Amino acid sequence: MTAENIAFFILSLFAIGGSVFMINLSKVMHMALSLTLTFLSIAGLYFLLDAPFLGAVQILIYTGAITVLMIFGIMLTKHREEAKKSKHPMRDRFALLAVVVLFALIMLTIYQVPIEQGPDHHLKEDNVAKLGELFFKNYVFSFELVSVLLLVALIGAILLAKKEEKE
Amino acid sequence: MLLTSYLALAAILFCIGLYGVLIKRNAVLVLFSIELMLNAVNLNLVAFAKYGVFGNMVGQVFTLFSIAVAAAEAAVGIALIIALYRHKETAEVEQYDSLKE
Repeated sequence: MTAENIAFFILSLFAIGGSVFMINLSKVMHMALSLTLTFLSIAGLYFLLDAPFLGAVQILIYTGAITVLMIFGIMLTKHREEAKKSKHPMRDRFALLAVVVLFALIMLTIYQVPIEQGPDHHLKEDNVAKLGELFFKNYVFSFELVSVLLLVALIGAILLAKKEEKE
Repeated sequence: MLLTSYLALAAILFCIGLYGVLIKRNAVLVLFSIELMLNAVNLNLVAFAKYGVFGNMVGQVFTLFSIAVAAAEAAVGIALIIALYRHKETAEVEQYDSLKE
């Protein structure tokens, strides 16, 4: 067992634990916080995968911005405690069955297909410099497009959430 | 092998997110579960960037793009839910059934 394996094990345990708690907890706010734990451990996994910039972005965007946005969404809407008993137990059971079948299919594919592990690609050295070079040389058009998309989303979100004027 | 472990972890997270989308009644939590699914896919991309046979930085570039698009999606989604909440006075997805009538 190398240190990398141990770190992977602990981080994945936190990631899965957080998402399982998200399914099972009864208070909406606690669900949001437990999903934050998942996002944080995924950021740790990014650091483990030689992507330190992505890890930082993950912490900033997901555990920072999106979680706060979701908590605002929860607080601005009425949220009764999610009742333990569902209104449609049959439908929930069917959903669980479908998800389990999908999961089994994916796992079967992962472990049946011989996926070769490549050599070390040395992504850690000059990670941010290489990323910036790729962004502003090969993908500069997509980069600008994403900035336009963010602007459009910003304006759209403001317009949608704005109070409608009475006619 | 570590690559398959990452793929398995991503599959687990994706399936939990999908289950959350299917059973959660609060619309905000449905949106949150979708974010979890997106994260699982991002994890796959980064894992292949490091351990894949032809792995390189492009995997990380794509992940950054998908994070940006996910952020835009979350912002618009929350705005939609708030606008819907104003009309229906509820955040439960089961009440959003006006297309059925």
